[in-house]
Amino acid sequence: MKFTLHIWRQKDTTSKGSFETYKMEDVSEHMSLLEMIDVLNEQLISEGKEPIAFDHDCREGICGACSMTINGRPHGNMKGTTTCQLHMRMFKDGDELWIEPFRARAFPVIKDLVVDRSALDRIIAAGGYVTVNTGAAQDANSIPVPKESADLAMDAAQCIGCGACVASCPNGAAMLFTAAKIMQLALLPQGQPERKKRAIAMIEQMDKEGFGACRNYYECEANCPKNISVRFISRMNIEFLSAATAKSM
Amino acid sequence: MKLDSKIPSGPIQEKWDKHRFEMKLINAANKRKYKIIVVGTGLAGSSAAASFSELGYNVEVFTYHDTPRRAHSIAAQGGINAAKNYRNDGDSIWRLFYDTVKGGDFRAREANVYRLAQVSNNIIDQCVAQGVPFAREYGGLLDNRSFGGAQVSRTFYARGQTGQQLLLGAYQALMKEVQNGNVKIHTRKEMMDIVVIDGVCRGIVTRDLITGKIESFVGDAVCLATGGYANIFFLSTNAIACNVTATFRAYKKGAGFANPCFTQIHPTCIPVSGDHQSKLTLMSESLRNDGRIWVPKKKDDRRPPNEIPEDERDYYLERKYPSFGNLSPRDISSRAAKEVCDEGRGVSATGYGVYLDFADAIKRLGRQKIEERYGNLFEMYERITGDDPYKTPMMIYPAAHYTMGGLWVDYNLMSTIPGLHVLGEANFSDHGANRLGASALMQGLADGYFIIPYTIGDYLAKAKLEKVTDKHPEFRKAEEDVRNKIHKLLSIKGKRTPTSFHKQFGKLMWEDVGMARSAESLKHALEEIPKIREEFWNNLNVPGEDASLNIALERACRVADFLEFAELLAWDALEREESCGAHFRVEYQYEDGEAKRNDEKFCHVAVWEYNGDGNKPIRHQEELTFENVPLQVRSYK
Repeated sequence: MKFTLHIWRQKDTTSKGSFETYKMEDVSEHMSLLEMIDVLNEQLISEGKEPIAFDHDCREGICGACSMTINGRPHGNMKGTTTCQLHMRMFKDGDELWIEPFRARAFPVIKDLVVDRSALDRIIAAGGYVTVNTGAAQDANSIPVPKESADLAMDAAQCIGCGACVASCPNGAAMLFTAAKIMQLALLPQGQPERKKRAIAMIEQMDKEGFGACRNYYECEANCPKNISVRFISRMNIEFLSAATAKSM
Repeated sequence: MKLDSKIPSGPIQEKWDKHRFEMKLINAANKRKYKIIVVGTGLAGSSAAASFSELGYNVEVFTYHDTPRRAHSIAAQGGINAAKNYRNDGDSIWRLFYDTVKGGDFRAREANVYRLAQVSNNIIDQCVAQGVPFAREYGGLLDNRSFGGAQVSRTFYARGQTGQQLLLGAYQALMKEVQNGNVKIHTRKEMMDIVVIDGVCRGIVTRDLITGKIESFVGDAVCLATGGYANIFFLSTNAIACNVTATFRAYKKGAGFANPCFTQIHPTCIPVSGDHQSKLTLMSESLRNDGRIWVPKKKDDRRPPNEIPEDERDYYLERKYPSFGNLSPRDISSRAAKEVCDEGRGVSATGYGVYLDFADAIKRLGRQKIEERYGNLFEMYERITGDDPYKTPMMIYPAAHYTMGGLWVDYNLMSTIPGLHVLGEANFSDHGANRLGASALMQGLADGYFIIPYTIGDYLAKAKLEKVTDKHPEFRKAEEDVRNKIHKLLSIKGKRTPTSFHKQFGKLMWEDVGMARSAESLKHALEEIPKIREEFWNNLNVPGEDASLNIALERACRVADFLEFAELLAWDALEREESCGAHFRVEYQYEDGEAKRNDEKFCHVAVWEYNGDGNKPIRHQEELTFENVPLQVRSYK
């Protein structure tokens, strides 16, 4: 297969970036997109040029490191799939691909396709946990959890923290990311004692980091590699209202 | 090198309790005067760092990722073992202990394994309390399933994402402590060396992957939780960045490296599709609960699987190992697959694949049940291969997956360098020559949550540490060595890329030091590795500069260490003249092809001591005694 790649090159955070064009020939349909870029990088290094920097690691769609925008869509056009799981057979021979970093105000570009997503860690640090010290736990089966709640909590917990929801949103909102964690813990008995405090703290941190507000575009759900539902955002809004009301009383 | 395992005396059931009582404690108010450095943020590193901080220590954590949550523990799919016996099917701490010692083919320390089985139950309690959404039954209680190498259902799981959920639990515990102010996390910083002062480990040197800055960090103790080295084979199920640098650097500074040749080959991975392949993808072992493994009986049978009638199929695991069948341990299943493929009965385009067939299970349980159990795995398989496993059998083949070998540690998880502790896959201690399924997550969290928080206190209470700063000559020297190495890598300006070398020796290692090894193949590897290394240092090309994000340079640093470590692995495999667990020497097998252990000569841990570049390292032995699980031939028939 043949492809024309337009890839974003940017030296560092402060430099201005631009697209560079690379022609790829003899691409195997079994290659993943990242393997095609590996091949390109090998060529570039052989020519003494700097390879394209991009985040990636597990290449199994679970670590959340990979973060490319492909033809305008974070993680590309295939639903429920991370960039590393895109294989070239999913594209058409001769396609032109525009590959950029995740674009969001809260995710500054570090180099080429690598962005800084540490803001997401700070949202978790604000309250995305149950405060239980090592050793303080009771027997696991002393906390029964209805299967339906456990399954729903697991649906939310699947979030891989890639930030595609932010990059998809015209407002650069991190609502889906934040809602997934708030709701996972709100759905479980273990999360109850800190439920209200958590919702307020995480949402405040989200605002502080410069993420935008939700306007119900639903782009986040459409591009989430784990298919996390926007219904968690609605439920988070209720959580927040109820927590904020309780706080003001 | 003195190897004192420090195993407490007394009956095995009482050792850990007794030891905990005998350990010295540090007053709560004094703990904040100590700084502990943790390298790596997988299950072992994150859980240890969070637990240290909760106890009151100052903690600095290092990872080369952009966030602690990316560590490769996240990719473990199947589950985590614990001896809860919630299924009432005869499980117990003793049985988990017994299974793990036997599964490890009698090359692990009994006392460590017993302790692992003991704390396994606490781990499940801890994770549930953190809100890890384990699978549940309709009554609201925890669900279990069985897993390779076990006859009881003791595996707890969270869909096919158990590792992810456990890591997120540990990561959240860690972020909680960041918020509390006791933990500082350094992301995108890679450890380049450890620093030893007067024989004691006092800190590390790191490289900032964004700015290239070389920095020193001083601590009262250092914990390496930097994972395994399966990427020595280039193609493995490990994440791309996984590497041996941290543990190998520690080895070069005097830490003993134990059993490097114990590398696990996982039986259920997606076969290689071409030269471009950058890694192999594991299909969870849990699939073997319902999938049946087979190949055609005839050689070179190229018919599509659905056209091969039942009586022309060889369900070889069920045939050879009737009591464990498709759930036989990993080393045995992997070797059996290699055998049938070597006979010319393999499937897939390359002939290196076997079928994993769900047709019977779908008939028996219905598609919906199978979808519930394995939906995400089936999806992942289809995405990678383009085949739909509901309609046509999956194809699988063994791939390098996990390394049982690692830095030698005593019962307190301390290496031969005082102050340097090693946790999780990076140490050697609990899995012997073969790890059972769902035991890696258990060991990582056991070390991090329930063992090192106690034993490090004992070390710190007894150690008389002088105050040092990063101005100390040893820190200066370690920094200088790192700078020189980087300068050298950048100035070779040869013709070949770091990855091309990695591929080249990875293939050599897979062929000569992989699933089946012989004196001949190992000697061949030992001849070839220095040649590749020689070319590496003369013909490498790393473009770009040091003072910026340079992915070629990162790779080159890691490959350079792999290239030295490869020799150590081959030496170990050559000198262990027996077959045991994952280490299979073709010269040592029974007539039916089963591994032939030599307990008279090799019932020990081989511990290698660095002896200067260009010299063969020195091999030491820690004798193993089996008082509770009598030495026996491992049979799964």
